[in-house]
Amino acid sequence: MSIFSRYMLRLERKRWRIRAFRKRRELKPVVSRVSLISPGDILLFSTLRNERVRLPYLLRYYRDLGVDHFLFVDNGSDDGTREYLSRQPDVSVWGTNHSYKRSRFGVDWLMWLQSKYGHGHWTLCVDADEFFVYPFCDTRPMRALTDWLDASSIKAFSAMLLDMYPKGPIDAQPYVEGHDPFEIAAYFDSGNYLISRNGLYGNLWIQGGPRARTFFTDKPERAPALNKIPLVKWDRDYAYVRSTHMLLPRGLNLVYDDWGGEKASGCLLHAKFLDTFTAKALEELQRRQHYADSHEYKSYKSGMNAHPDLWCKWSEKYINWRQLEILGLMSKGNWA
Amino acid sequence: MSVGFIMMCHTALDRAAQVARHWARHDCPVVIHVDRRVKRRAYDKLVSDLADLDNVQFSARFSCEWGTWGLVAATQSAAELMVQRFSGVGHVFLASGSCLPLRPIEELVSYLAERSQTDFIESVTTEDVGWTIGGLDIERFTLRFPFSWRKQRRLFDGYVRLQRRIGLRRRIPAGVIPHLGSQWWCLTRKTLAAILTSPDREAHDHYFRRVWIPDESYFQTLVRLFSSRIESRSLTLSKFDFQGKPHVFYDDHLQLLRRSDCFVARKIWPHADKLYRAFLTGDSNGQPMAEPNAGKIDRLFAKAIERRTKGRGGLYMQSRFPKPSWENGKTAAAYSVFQGFNDLFEDFDEWLAKVSGARVHGHLFAPERAEFADGQTVYSGGLPDSAAVRDYNAKSFLTNLIWNTRGERQCFQFGPRDLQSINPFIATDPNAQISVISGAWAVPLFYSSQDASEVRKEAAVMQRIEVEHLKLLRSSPVKARVRIWTMAEFIDSPMEPLQTIVDEISPRAMRRLAEAPRMADLEGFGQFLQSLRNQGMQPTLMGDFPVSDDERRTSTPRVRPYLVK
Repeated sequence: MSIFSRYMLRLERKRWRIRAFRKRRELKPVVSRVSLISPGDILLFSTLRNERVRLPYLLRYYRDLGVDHFLFVDNGSDDGTREYLSRQPDVSVWGTNHSYKRSRFGVDWLMWLQSKYGHGHWTLCVDADEFFVYPFCDTRPMRALTDWLDASSIKAFSAMLLDMYPKGPIDAQPYVEGHDPFEIAAYFDSGNYLISRNGLYGNLWIQGGPRARTFFTDKPERAPALNKIPLVKWDRDYAYVRSTHMLLPRGLNLVYDDWGGEKASGCLLHAKFLDTFTAKALEELQRRQHYADSHEYKSYKSGMNAHPDLWCKWSEKYINWRQLEILGLMSKGNWA
Repeated sequence: MSVGFIMMCHTALDRAAQVARHWARHDCPVVIHVDRRVKRRAYDKLVSDLADLDNVQFSARFSCEWGTWGLVAATQSAAELMVQRFSGVGHVFLASGSCLPLRPIEELVSYLAERSQTDFIESVTTEDVGWTIGGLDIERFTLRFPFSWRKQRRLFDGYVRLQRRIGLRRRIPAGVIPHLGSQWWCLTRKTLAAILTSPDREAHDHYFRRVWIPDESYFQTLVRLFSSRIESRSLTLSKFDFQGKPHVFYDDHLQLLRRSDCFVARKIWPHADKLYRAFLTGDSNGQPMAEPNAGKIDRLFAKAIERRTKGRGGLYMQSRFPKPSWENGKTAAAYSVFQGFNDLFEDFDEWLAKVSGARVHGHLFAPERAEFADGQTVYSGGLPDSAAVRDYNAKSFLTNLIWNTRGERQCFQFGPRDLQSINPFIATDPNAQISVISGAWAVPLFYSSQDASEVRKEAAVMQRIEVEHLKLLRSSPVKARVRIWTMAEFIDSPMEPLQTIVDEISPRAMRRLAEAPRMADLEGFGQFLQSLRNQGMQPTLMGDFPVSDDERRTSTPRVRPYLVK
């Protein structure tokens, strides 16, 4: 990589940071409990909108994993999300009604909060429908993982997005508040992920899964990216380039080994395809606030009418992280 | 006689206190060294936590940066304190603050009492160690290391290079033969006292002060001078990963640690409550005295190292994406590619599936769709049959298919109509077995009802593509198992090549083929080739076909060829 392109990347990183800095004014604190954050705490950052029904399970899931404090940006919810979050003892909430799209799908807002409160902490950036799974997550809390990453001088940990779906039409079984969404959306595709490497940023670009299989069979290049690096030992100099898919400086994107070995990695189980999805898709189509003019949602809409069912006979039923490890979707690396 | 423990602590002092209390309560004196870099308040708390135990002492504090002399100095002063203060101590056990005793103290005491003259210390000559990091073994003793490896890596490396280049050497003191080993040892009082009170100690200390990582060599080397009996192994169970960093034990290792029968393990994750509870409160459960055996758990950690360095061959995923030629297996398993076979034989797919027991797909790389076996539209792992998705990343498509179907041999048809961009990948894959009947693509054309000029045009395209492909298959970087026959060669004696191919797919079957697939009726094929020639195209790949059928018919009558057993 030439000095010139390195310098350009440096400028790009600065630009993202300035952008995030300017977007800070769009955030109005609703409830701030950031004084409770102590050094070494694991922090979770998320932007959300109208996710009230998911919140009880989401908070429980991540509290059980050992997240110490939650920092949410509420983008104009009107279903009680903001009120519910405000009542939680370990949650800080900021509100905004500004454009989700123009804050790079929430990334600008979160980057500002990360640089302010996440510096020197392990930060986990996830959406309200993403559930972090890592090696040994059933026996070891997240603190064990971050301690190990610290000891190994690893600063970023990748977790591929794994789309989960139910058997049968996705709206057949209503999701009940407080329940594990993967009791319904229990299935996933085990081996249809297409990987290529991005030469400029050095990250892997992963597409595939049930969405590529059903909604994007004629235009696979538009299928959503599944590579994510949600867990980062944050430094205020870092920047997310596109959602949590890639970071700058580029070294943070080297979450994979290219000499044949396997680095440790996890998965983000994606509980998107529940009965809540259809309503959400329609709303998002009207708001036009999603990536590439909500192209994804348009495809879903036409796809949903033709194929209401993502399940196929090769779908794998989720058991635990060890199953994902054996299938080659994630790896323990040299963590034993 | 009892055992005295020296504990080297720098973090998780509450856990260290817990373990120290455990040992002290079982009448084992403890001397604790706390890294000087630990904050005063944390140190004071540890001291006051243990103030009620009169057999716990604190030694003078040194700053213990990794790889420096401070660790040895701290050990020396703690050992001196131990030897002076506790006369009843027979063996001194060096442990860290993140160590955890796995077996009841009484067992360790009686184990050592039976071996009262033995020093347990891993002590290996520099020629025989395989684990040093950075390639420095004997050079640890002959070069100078004034720079910090952690904080001044460039200076450190640069100065090492400089010394190598100009041949700067330190002299190793007379009588000292460098040995290396784990820094966690258990020495007899006699040996330890001899090392500490040796008249040469000043000279030794002066020398080792500038040796790199002296805590792995100071006692390991000097013990050779004073010990009467050395068991070159550590009583502390400690596993290292490929970077030389100790593996950490967690709650889920409980059973594993129990099975190891080791006396002490390091390092334990400070929040592993279950481990601390289990091993610090459990009494002797009356199990027979077993010899420590770390080998029982070696496998787990050896596998972790292998996974991290070699990975699973043929797997491409978010944290394993090898660059070309570092794949350690471009695909996960052997597979077969057949070109021309299902043009020449009418029922080749079914026949092959029957005789070989393998999964036989159609043209996986056909322009319309991926023709999975049994006409399935989605295949193993959720692979869609969409040509667009497949062509978008053909390499991923193939590697996914082979990975997803591990344990079942995959075969598929290929031809000049199919996606050709995958060819270089398959040709350089040692797992691929490629069999080609060149020119067989002409058979469907021969049967087609298209008009002659169209057929000629298509034949020319096909031929050009196949010539390219064959050129690739015959080039030098090819790693696949390649077999190429012209069509004429093949139909002359089809059974032999078929037998070879089937044997290779299912080597254990070792059956003679009783039945061949049904060959297409080639009556008039020679005439067809001649008509292509007449149109101005030169079909070259089929081999030699006579224009009239009479000659050929006498030699190969159109029946299913049966093999004479």
